[in-house]
Amino acid sequence: MHSDTIAAIATAMAGAGIGIVRISGDQAVEIADKVFRKKGGGTLTEQESHTIHYGSVWEDGEMIDEVMTLLMRAPRSYTSEDTVEIDCHGGVYVTKRILEAVLHAGARLAEPGEFTKRAFLNGRIDLSQAESVMDVIQAKNDLSLKNSIRQLSGALLHEIREIRGALLHEIAFIESALDDPEHISLDGYPQTLDERLGKAETKIARLLKSSESGRLIGEGIATVIVGKPNVGKSSLLNALLGEERAIVTEIAGTTRDTLEEQMNLNGILLRVTDTAGIRDTEDVVEKIGVERSKKYLADADLVIYVADASTRLDQNDFEILDLLAEHKVIILLNKSDLPAVTTEEDFAAAVSRLPMWKEKKEDLKMITFSAKERSGMELLEQTVQDMFFAGEICSDQEICITNLRHKTALSDALSSILLARKSIADGMPEDFYSIDLMAAYEKLGMIIGEAVEDDLVNEIFSKFCMGK
Amino acid sequence: MRFSANSVWASKAGRQKGMEEHMSMEHGYLREAYDVAVVGAGHAGCEAALAAARLGLETIIFTVSVDSIALMPCNPNIGGSSKGHLVREIDALGGEMGINIDKTFIQSKMLNKSKGPAVHSLRAQADKADYSMEMRRTLQNTKHLTIRQAEVSEILTENDLLNIDLIKNNTEYDTFETDDTSETGNDATGQNPVLDRAQIAAVRTVSGAVYCCKAVVLCTGTYLRARCLTGEMITYTGPNGLMAANHLTDSLVSHGIEMLRFKTGTPARIDRNSIDFSKMEEQKGDERIVPFSFTTNPDDVQIDQVSCWLTYTNERTHEIIRNNLDRSPIYAGIIEGTGPRYCPSIEDKVVKFADKNRHQIFLEPEGIHTNEMYVGGMSSSLPEDVQYEMYRTLPGLEHAKIVRNAYAIEYDCINPNQLDASLEFKKIRGLFSGGQFNGSSGYEEAACQGLIAGINAAMEIFGREPVILDRSEAYIGVLIDDLVTKENKEPYRMMTSRAEYRLLLRQDNADLRLTKKGYEIGLISKERYDAVCKKEERIEEELSRIAKVRIGAGKEVQALLEAYGSIPLNTGVSLAELIRRPELDYDKLAPIDPGRPEIPADVAEQVNILIKYDGYITRQMKQVEHYKKLEKKKIPEGFDYDQVPSLRIEARQKLKLYRPVSIGQASRISGVSPADISVLLVYMEQMRRRQV
Repeated sequence: MHSDTIAAIATAMAGAGIGIVRISGDQAVEIADKVFRKKGGGTLTEQESHTIHYGSVWEDGEMIDEVMTLLMRAPRSYTSEDTVEIDCHGGVYVTKRILEAVLHAGARLAEPGEFTKRAFLNGRIDLSQAESVMDVIQAKNDLSLKNSIRQLSGALLHEIREIRGALLHEIAFIESALDDPEHISLDGYPQTLDERLGKAETKIARLLKSSESGRLIGEGIATVIVGKPNVGKSSLLNALLGEERAIVTEIAGTTRDTLEEQMNLNGILLRVTDTAGIRDTEDVVEKIGVERSKKYLADADLVIYVADASTRLDQNDFEILDLLAEHKVIILLNKSDLPAVTTEEDFAAAVSRLPMWKEKKEDLKMITFSAKERSGMELLEQTVQDMFFAGEICSDQEICITNLRHKTALSDALSSILLARKSIADGMPEDFYSIDLMAAYEKLGMIIGEAVEDDLVNEIFSKFCMGK
Repeated sequence: MRFSANSVWASKAGRQKGMEEHMSMEHGYLREAYDVAVVGAGHAGCEAALAAARLGLETIIFTVSVDSIALMPCNPNIGGSSKGHLVREIDALGGEMGINIDKTFIQSKMLNKSKGPAVHSLRAQADKADYSMEMRRTLQNTKHLTIRQAEVSEILTENDLLNIDLIKNNTEYDTFETDDTSETGNDATGQNPVLDRAQIAAVRTVSGAVYCCKAVVLCTGTYLRARCLTGEMITYTGPNGLMAANHLTDSLVSHGIEMLRFKTGTPARIDRNSIDFSKMEEQKGDERIVPFSFTTNPDDVQIDQVSCWLTYTNERTHEIIRNNLDRSPIYAGIIEGTGPRYCPSIEDKVVKFADKNRHQIFLEPEGIHTNEMYVGGMSSSLPEDVQYEMYRTLPGLEHAKIVRNAYAIEYDCINPNQLDASLEFKKIRGLFSGGQFNGSSGYEEAACQGLIAGINAAMEIFGREPVILDRSEAYIGVLIDDLVTKENKEPYRMMTSRAEYRLLLRQDNADLRLTKKGYEIGLISKERYDAVCKKEERIEEELSRIAKVRIGAGKEVQALLEAYGSIPLNTGVSLAELIRRPELDYDKLAPIDPGRPEIPADVAEQVNILIKYDGYITRQMKQVEHYKKLEKKKIPEGFDYDQVPSLRIEARQKLKLYRPVSIGQASRISGVSPADISVLLVYMEQMRRRQV
């Protein structure tokens, strides 16, 4: 019934030790075969239904992960369609990369609730559940749309609108000339258009690049740096970034606001927030910073707690540590370049006395560190990576998927622009350009949640003077 | 002549008898019976009446003036961008417009020839008087068709007719008063508007005569409560000073039909003897004329053509207009109707496009029997003294004499969302409509709707399925789908950009797309049908032959390529690949394609296009496949959207208002999201399974 093949991540990524990418549709097996290398050779296509296969997923000559694939042929699957499930080691990064590989191999990213919809339409879900199926579809779409728009920054929204506006103007010009050739001429226009499309292409390519690094909508592991004032939090951030970004002074409480930076740590994307030092304060401005830190903590996937190893731990440290008991925490004993007052053993002993840290004390992740001398940096990177691949930390799945949707739309828009430019280069007639340009316009509209409706006709009439 | 007082109308069977019995005079008024009554004899009405009559139904066509049959009250041309497509499609379905213009044109041009085949569009200048007369002659000579000059003032449903008969027989009126809700389909009562439809039974004219019929096609054009405005001067007439139809609107409103008010305008006509053409650029027709109709032999239409002339407005023109804007009824706020943005008056152009210091103006002959020249691009509703002043600022028009003033015209039309895609009213069975009455504009848009409305009136009487063309089959399908599915805020005009599959909907292949349909309907002859089948076969044969032909890098080949400025070959290529080169085509490659059979030019044209634009055409065909899937999922008549949980409120309201026939149509309604469509699909599947 459905000819296209869809794919999505079927597991909740948060903390799961396993990630599942599900592919469903006529070409599910064929597509899976493009990315999956079965151990001992052979293809899934040759295999019986309801079998499990060990192997690995590859893209562009690079192995992404070792996986198990589950093959279920129609109609004996959740959707009643040919289905392949790829079980990987979990974690957002790997699961997402596998999904992307599957999409590149020809699957389409599933709409929210689409597996459920297909399962129902194909008779796999009981009639009595129809209403909840409908609710799920509506709710998931709602959420997806909200996420999509909420996660876009104002600047990005503006940029996409601008590119769309420019495209629409060109389409409208072509169309008005086709409609009224005696009033509007296209002589010499293809060259002009090609230049303008070159600009649009650059802009979209740039957006696509930032979507690849997750910058488009703040994807990445929400990492928060906390600690008392003047323990070296900003210096840590600078060390991570390798640039002077936060204000670093000797005066306690200089980071009045929070700073956010994205960085790529060996392929793992971190969204790092440096907070004002948390402590009781009477200073109103600083108080806001402290409140905000607490708020950031609430959304954090990973917390890096910075302590000053050259001083004694005090009540402030213990109060802050109480706030962190429920989080994934890495403890940095900073200022190891100075004579050590608090050692790793001291810290562990102090923590073990905190009632809320009871369960954590066996598995403390502690690193002796010097932001000034950059020592301990490699160990920090390794620790983050280990935690990530162990599935201990991960970023928000919704954001990840939203970003993937945007990325797909951007890359489709880019291909359409390229096709239009190719048509110009090939000397195709002008009416062919607007077919591709309209496709690009539509795709970009999907990112910002705008349908096409009567945009073109309105643009034609408002911008170009037609005859009669 | 006096007829028996005993009506033959008492029984429905009586209506089926011969014509002579079908007339009676009762209580001083006339009664007649037909199968189909068409109201209005413009471009829509003529097609509707011809279609119904040609399908063998007794048809009567009403006009306020027999002299105005197929009148062209505005521009003197047929066709143009996308409109030419419509005419070709009308022709392939068995309509008359293409044949009529082929008989009466005085100049012809294929527009957009330098662009892709999808946007080539034929446009002809018509001799307006000949066009009108020729169409009248065709109507007169058509069997089963009666022409009647009368103003239709009411539509009558079965209940209305019953009441009239009861009053006449002095029966208590109240007893049989119509249940209003079933007539108007008022949703508030909870009654299903579709299942409780009223049935059309007759129309009544101002004289009181009743014309019983099984179907009515309303094609009232711009005549309903029309008023014309030239500056401060307002006349309550239709176009060209013809009588307006002032009564029908009330009857429609009382039957629950929602009316809109639109406006349009036309420029002045200038005496050709007062024009200095030496100051203008001559615009000639094409050297080789292509006819509109697939039935016209191209050799028969190579006539001596008449020229059009090009001149321009200037700053002085614009200044005069700006200085007199307060006297323009539109800018003074006297006009209430919504005008079309695509043919703005010269006032609008000057105001909206203030940065343009000149506008092109075309002087077009209205015919060979008249001196009048149409001033294309300069429609206006400014007062006549201003008109004189402004027209005379144009080079060549310094001493222009106006024969007819420019004017704006306002008229009643309907909100077309009240129609099904068959052009039948959702509320009243047997009531169809077409043309400007449906909120469109243009002769061609009108004609194709009239044709479809006439065909579907007949289909309903025959108990056959309605003819509905979809967006992937024809511009006509796009036009009607847009009208009945989208919000319509101004007179609707066809444009190629409205057709998402325009590469497939070319004017050159209208016969291949639609002749079979026309044959099934019954308006196309067996010979024409066979010819199209033969053409299809030949195209297929030639395509599969070419697929196998490879061209080597021989001397003769290189020489030919060089002659056309094409890059020489390094190695052998397929013939198709060479055809795809922009500077080459199928015909040019004939010398290096020795195995080529003799094929007619129209077959070669198709082969060339299909190979040359193969990539794009294949892409669109894939899109069409996806589109068709959703179109095929029909929503049952009377579907209750209130029963569907999870539909968003806006979607629910829109769906209830438009009542789409398919999931595809539902998905095009603004305010209905993809999630709503998924929800609908799930709900329909649930319904289906419950029934099993």
